[in-house]
Amino acid sequence: MRIGIPRSLLYYKYLPFWKTFLTGMGAEVETSPLTNKKILSRGVEVAENELCVPVKAFYGHCMALRDNGVDALFVPRVVSVEERAYTCPKFLGLPDMINAVAGSLELPPLLTPRLNQREKPREFKLQLIDFAREQFGLKKLEALAALESARLAQKRYQQGLVNGRKPLDLLPSSRFNTPRWRPPAEKRKRIGLLGHPYNIYDGYLTQNLIARLEEMGAELVLPEMTDHHVLMKAATDVPKQLYWTYEKEIMGAINHWTEREMVDGVVYVLAFACGPDSLIQVLIEHRAKVHKVPLMSLTIDEHSGEAGLVTRIEAFIDMLMRKKTAA
Amino acid sequence: MRVTTPQMGNLHIMLEDLFDRLGVEYVQPPASSTKTLQIGAQHSPEFACLPLKINIGNFIEALEAGADTLVMAGGHGPCRFGYYGIVEERILRDLGYDFRFVMLEPFNDGAWAFYKVFGSLSPGLSIRKLWKILKASFGKARAIDRLHKRALQLRAFEANRGDTTRALHQAESIMAESHTPGEIEAATAESVAVLEAVEQERDRDVLRVGIVGEFYLLLEPFSNFGIEETLGRMGVYLERSVWVTDWIAPNNDNVIYGYPKKFIEKKAEPFLNQNVGGEGRETIGSLVNFAEMGFDGVIQLLPFGCMPENIATSIIPRVQQEHDIPVLTLAFDEQTGRAGMVTRLEAFLDLLEARRRNRPDASLQSGTAATV
Repeated sequence: MRIGIPRSLLYYKYLPFWKTFLTGMGAEVETSPLTNKKILSRGVEVAENELCVPVKAFYGHCMALRDNGVDALFVPRVVSVEERAYTCPKFLGLPDMINAVAGSLELPPLLTPRLNQREKPREFKLQLIDFAREQFGLKKLEALAALESARLAQKRYQQGLVNGRKPLDLLPSSRFNTPRWRPPAEKRKRIGLLGHPYNIYDGYLTQNLIARLEEMGAELVLPEMTDHHVLMKAATDVPKQLYWTYEKEIMGAINHWTEREMVDGVVYVLAFACGPDSLIQVLIEHRAKVHKVPLMSLTIDEHSGEAGLVTRIEAFIDMLMRKKTAA
Repeated sequence: MRVTTPQMGNLHIMLEDLFDRLGVEYVQPPASSTKTLQIGAQHSPEFACLPLKINIGNFIEALEAGADTLVMAGGHGPCRFGYYGIVEERILRDLGYDFRFVMLEPFNDGAWAFYKVFGSLSPGLSIRKLWKILKASFGKARAIDRLHKRALQLRAFEANRGDTTRALHQAESIMAESHTPGEIEAATAESVAVLEAVEQERDRDVLRVGIVGEFYLLLEPFSNFGIEETLGRMGVYLERSVWVTDWIAPNNDNVIYGYPKKFIEKKAEPFLNQNVGGEGRETIGSLVNFAEMGFDGVIQLLPFGCMPENIATSIIPRVQQEHDIPVLTLAFDEQTGRAGMVTRLEAFLDLLEARRRNRPDASLQSGTAATV
């Protein structure tokens, strides 16, 4: 059986896990191509108007996989990856949203295991074992073996990220996000690039932002370079804990960076109409202000133009360069 | 200590009563207005949802009016609402206001913490006394919710336009003045009588429309340009899926709406079998429910960018394939204008009437009379 994994949203976080797990159960895994104009515009056409652009792209990726003739689409329902927390509501409803258009778009059947660690973190394993037994007719031990190798693959991936590799170096790589040249190391500025992996590493959605920043002289600091637990701990300075894990990582990253003076400036990428980001934006901007770290918020959507983005990041980097020289 | 909270529909009547019983001075923010929204939108993040922007406006206006303690409800997600408080406090402090900020988390998330919040507002309050106070205030709020529900049904039949609204205001002020359990009971009877006394033309053939969607937009007439009254005056019989006291009550039996949460979730199951926060799942469930009851159409209200409601909106087309029911989705933000909304409502009602004419067998006049 050929299973398609859309190259979108949580792909950037969990691909090694999912791919190894599905392969371990005897499936052949295929990912959709990098986001491109066709994928995004088809997604925008079918998705509800007010959704954020990465979710719209997800629809397009599902259609691309359909065209490639996969037998099933892997759209897990990732409810929670942490005790007493959720992911974004849109991930909770994603399988139902895709299912709502599956008929009219003639999508292949969906595989939608429910992964919920909100009540009991260890349930996650059982949920995946149940999924393996129901969908693939595996025995419990076989499922456990697939699960274990998936866990190791994910661990290797995350270790690679902590060691400074970018997700795109480790995942199937791309023509995007590779700088053509870079200024010498002593002239670079440390820029923290903040945002969801599915935005900042999607070279099409963010107009090749990573490479552009590097070409302009940025030494990028990424949230993924810091261990997840360190980020989580750094995010606990608020009177009420954030209940969105991925936003908590972002909060943790900026807290960690500013606390240790790891960055000269921060570029914060958020998708238009992103719910959780619209709120934590206030806290992030406050944090940057208190620690006197220059921060630029970049909002992306399906209409983002290249020129506007380039002008803004150029101005921001110029400002940083002068600031350091003046001091 | 001068306590305030954001405005939301008729919630202030209940809160006034509650704080009065607690012996706490309550500053009611000026009724939400265009100015409130303007102030709020100016200081809120651009694509935060509309309720947050109005909340900020309410708080600023209340602080200007002398409030020094802000009380805000919480929640555990995944909807944004549960985190409003933290962000609102941050915004207001950055603006330079000095105040005490109190987050009230839902009773189900911890009864002790819930009690402590009230204890901190009203020193020396025993659990027993708090329970009695909450029960009394809640009873009053429930009676007011009942009046509003009745008004939604009656307005379509009123002989003179505006009578129902006038009677409702009168009934509300009767309720507001009652205090002891005996008085509340008497006031309830009196206010119901006032409402029922509105002259009606029961033989009118009216459209039946269900209103579903996001909590705040459904409960705060300012945020939706008084859509319910507008529809009522156009002669539409309304049922609404969300009520303040249904939301507050910890047992989720939805006494006012009439359909327990479990029942609604069951209806949503084939389309959305997951709590996505807010009213996302309830919107789908209630849509199915209204369709099965033979309503002519359903209107979904949401703040622009509302995550749970956007999920619901994405799923509605599939619900419509199975349940043949027209749905009008209206998203609101600070840019929305009333005229645009009214035009869309008129077009929607035309469509519903045309459908009714083309299906004479489905005339719902008798059904309407039975429910009223």
